[in-house]
This record gives sequence, structure tokens and C-alpha cells, in this order.
Amino acid sequence: MWEQIRSNQIRSMILVILMGALLLAIGYIIGIYFFDSAIAGLIIALIVWGIMNMVAYFQGDSIILNMSGARKIGPQDHPRLYNVVEEMKIASGLEKMPDIYIIDDPALNAFATGRDPQHAAVAITSGLLEKLNRDELQGVIAHEIAHIKNRDILLMLMASILLGSIVILAWYASRILFFSGMTGGRRRSSSSGGGGFQIIILAVGIILMILAPIIAQIIYFAISRRREYLADASGALYTRYPEGLASALEKLLNSNTQVKSANKATAPMYISNPFYKKGMAINDLFATHPPLTDRIRILKAMGGASYTDYENAYRKIKGSSVIPASALKTSEKVEIRKSSAPETVMETGEKEISDIEDKVERTRETSDLMWRLNNYRTITCENCGTRMRLPPTYKAPLIRCPHCGYVNQV
Amino acid sequence: MGAGAIIGIIIGVLILILAFIFIGIYNGLVGLRNQVKNAWAQIDVQLKRRYDLIPNLVETVKGYAAHERQTLEAVTNARNLAQSIAGGGSVAERAKAEGELSSALARLLAVVENYPNLKANQNFLALQEELTSTENKISFSRQYYNDSVLRYNNKTQMFPSNIIASMAGFKPGEFFEVKTAEEREAPKVSFTTPTTKPGS
Repeated sequence: MWEQIRSNQIRSMILVILMGALLLAIGYIIGIYFFDSAIAGLIIALIVWGIMNMVAYFQGDSIILNMSGARKIGPQDHPRLYNVVEEMKIASGLEKMPDIYIIDDPALNAFATGRDPQHAAVAITSGLLEKLNRDELQGVIAHEIAHIKNRDILLMLMASILLGSIVILAWYASRILFFSGMTGGRRRSSSSGGGGFQIIILAVGIILMILAPIIAQIIYFAISRRREYLADASGALYTRYPEGLASALEKLLNSNTQVKSANKATAPMYISNPFYKKGMAINDLFATHPPLTDRIRILKAMGGASYTDYENAYRKIKGSSVIPASALKTSEKVEIRKSSAPETVMETGEKEISDIEDKVERTRETSDLMWRLNNYRTITCENCGTRMRLPPTYKAPLIRCPHCGYVNQV
Repeated sequence: MGAGAIIGIIIGVLILILAFIFIGIYNGLVGLRNQVKNAWAQIDVQLKRRYDLIPNLVETVKGYAAHERQTLEAVTNARNLAQSIAGGGSVAERAKAEGELSSALARLLAVVENYPNLKANQNFLALQEELTSTENKISFSRQYYNDSVLRYNNKTQMFPSNIIASMAGFKPGEFFEVKTAEEREAPKVSFTTPTTKPGS
């Protein structure tokens, strides 16, 4: 996949340069309009551009993780998730274990971020963690690890941070321009005497500031589609089980409407916080994936787990090619493994019951994790097995079980 | 005189180019060989982890299913055998011993399905997760190891890198192959007749 890695590096550079050009154009207009000198505006734009790039490169991952409210977990917090990530780290041949983050959100989503495989993180929402069985979780994590392995993360990180800040800058700039156009602009135009020229500059400025976020979005759309397919292909190869990822994507697909309404419901809480707005813009950008239905159909049409199999399935459904030539050339025949669920012979009713039990177990596991991350302790009553959650403020050495009255040691 | 100098320069440049190609291919081979070594170390880590987990598992299961002695002993024996071979066996020998351990474990985990009390035990559930994951990690590291060996072997056998490989003594790597038929068969047999399988 070296073409992919190379193309990601080149695209990262192009993106940085394009963003620079866009900023310079905005700076030029601001400079002419506010300081009567293009140079001042250009210098400001260059400084802003430099700082943005530095921040995006070195701090981008923590900014994104912080904004999404992600919290780092260790092996003890959620053994299943930690193990699955480690399995995929091994399968992909990644040198370093990525950090694992949990986002306390019922929405179904996951992402990978970081600047290189040595500084990478995988984040998953509690909603998704709760919904997926082991094979599905493995598929999702494999997809995210593939983003790390294919060096997609740096490009996506730069894109989301640079675009996020451009959107915000343009937003503020357009408002400053608008208000000063009402008041200060008139004064200036009378002093310089070039009223017609000022109006043209103002118009261009407004158009650019409206266009900036749209251009940024288009760039982001252009860079993010193919790599999703490639990450799916790598994910299928790592797990040897395309069905897992396909079934996880189906769950995402089915819950799409629910997620949106949940976001709308929680949004009013944060309306005064500009950082949340920024976060929203980036969340929207994250949604620029190719249609889920296509991805599911391709994964399900795979006859094996190799890149060649993915290429064939893609060709069958989309009619074009997706995998780089070098990956196809070295691609060997790879068989799909069987599901990891135990092959017990069960009646249909029993199967459903065990599915429900699994779901209950996963929900409990995830909610325990979320409580623990909030410093709550969980204690099981030694007498009747009732589970009690103790808030971090609970300091007493003993606790009476509310169910049977037995007094437990804390 | 002038022509001789030019020819000399051309030959010098050619030798220089050849040397660079040689260095590039040689370094590529070393890189791939190191990848194979690394991948092997990964398998080793996971296999050791499995040796450590098994005594715990056997103890926990014993508390609930003492009369599955045969199955438990088979697991313990397979583990001890695999661990003794781990010291100095060849890749093929190890693969065989580890494959046997895998199928003994699969039998044990299948038998355990019949003990609801055991399956409700938190300690056992945690152990089971660790063991399942370790099994997965073994097969994923094996997968990665075999991929690395394949890439390395291709490089040592394909022209022109094979010339440098044979000159510098790069030996082809050995695949870690577990008999898949046996692996697939084991759980099925134990589901239908859990305790009467001959030889278990």
C-alpha cells in the first residue's frame, strides 16, 4: 500500500499549501481593507497559517480527543476492547499499541487520530461499544487501525484542524467585515476617494468568506472517500472476516436517524460555547464517508479476505478500481475465517436468549466502565450478589446492601 | 588518453551505481529478515502468555467440573509438552505442539459450556476473555509472521535480489503452519461426544 502512504503524504502537503493560499487570499483582502496595506494582511495570514499548522501537527490529536470528550482507558477498564485493539495491532504489524479512548455518547461512532503510527489513538463511543459483538468490534477497530497503518490519520487530522479553524476564522472575519462595512467602511471610502474599488473589494471579501468553508468542505470530501474503502479492505484482510465489519456497518446504518435526533436534543446545552461549535463542524466533517450501503455490499460480496477479493467485489458493485497496483501485485490468496462465536448447536429460541444475554452483558460492561471513569466504585454484595455503585464522595468503610441488608466492607 | 579517462569515469560511475543497488537490496533483505524475527518474537510473547494462563484456567474449572479430569489433564499435558519444546524445537515441531494445545483447549472450553455455574463465575469469565483473546493474538501474530516470511522468501528467491541473498547467506524463513483440518475438527467432535473422544 505504499502508493496510498505516498499519496497521503503528498495530499497532506497539498492541503497545507492550499489552506495557506486560502488564508493568504483572506489576509490580503483584510489587509487592504483594514490596514490599507496588503503586506500587513499577508504577514498576519502567514503567522496564523504557521501557528495553525504547528498546532494541528503537534496538538491536533489531543484537541480532537478533548473536544469529543474522549477519555483514555487502560487494559483493566475494558479488557475486551483493549484485547481487540491489541489483536488488531498484532494483525496489522503496527509497532506501537495505540492509545484507546472512550467517548461517553449513545451515538454510534469511532475514529482514529494521531500524527504517525508512534503517536496514534483510537476512539470509540460507548454507544458503539455496547452495540457490537466481538467480531463486529474487531472489524471496526481493524478499520481504524488500517487508517493508522495507511498514514491516513495525519492527513485527516490536518484537514479537520485546518478546516475547522478556517471555518471559524471565516465566520468571525465575515462578521467583522459586515459590521465595519456598515460603519467604518464608509468613513474610509470617503477619505481614500475610491468608493467603487472599496465596494468591489468588500464584495470579493464577502464572497470568499462565504465560500471558504464550502471550498474547505469540498477538499475534505475529495480526500476522504477512497481511503475509507481502502481501510475497509485492510480491515477485512487483518481480521480475515469481512462479515464482522459489514455487520457493524449495518448497525451504524440502522441507527443513523436516532443519532441525529440525539445530537439535536443535546445541542441546546452548549449553544453559548464556541468550542462546541467548532467541534460540531468537525463532527460534520467526520461524516464525509462513502455511502454505508455500498461499503456493506462490497464487504459482503468478498469471496476471500485478500486485497484482490476486495478489488473484485468493488469492481462488481461500483464498476471501477480502488486498490493500488502494488497491493494487488503482492496480494496472496487469503481465506475467510469462520465466526468467532462458539459453534454450539442451539434451538432458535435458545439462540435469541443467548443473544439477549450477550447484549445485557455488554451493556452492563460498558455502563460499569463509564461509572468507573467517573470515579464510582462498584461493589458486589457478598451475601446476595446485588451490585452497588458508590459515588466518589462515599468515604465510610462499610455499606449496607439495600437488597438484603447485609453489611459489606468497602 | 582523453577517451581512456572518459571510459574510466564511465566504469567508475557504473561500479558506483551497482554498489548502491547492492546496498539497497541488501538493506531491504535485512529489513525483511528483521521483520520476520520481530513477528516471531510476537508469537513467542503470546504463546508464553498462554502457558501462564492455562494453570489458572485449569484450577478454576476444577472447582466446578472436577470430573472432567481427562480433558483437564489433556490440556495440562499439552501445555507442558509445548513449553518444553519451546526451548529448543524447530518451527515445525513447535507449530505441531502448539496446535495440539490449541485443540485441547478448544475441547475444554466446549466442555465448559455444560456448566452454567462456572460460566457465571466472574473470575472464569475474565479468564475466558483473556484466553480467547490470547488465542486470537496467537493466530493473528501467526498470520503476520507467515505474511512476513512470505515477503522475505519472495525477496530471497526473486531475481535480482536472490543473487545478493545467496551471496550474503540469507536463508529462507520457515512458515508457522498449524494443521487447520485438525483445528477445525476438534470442537465439532467434542460437541457431540465431549468425553469419549479416543486419545483425549
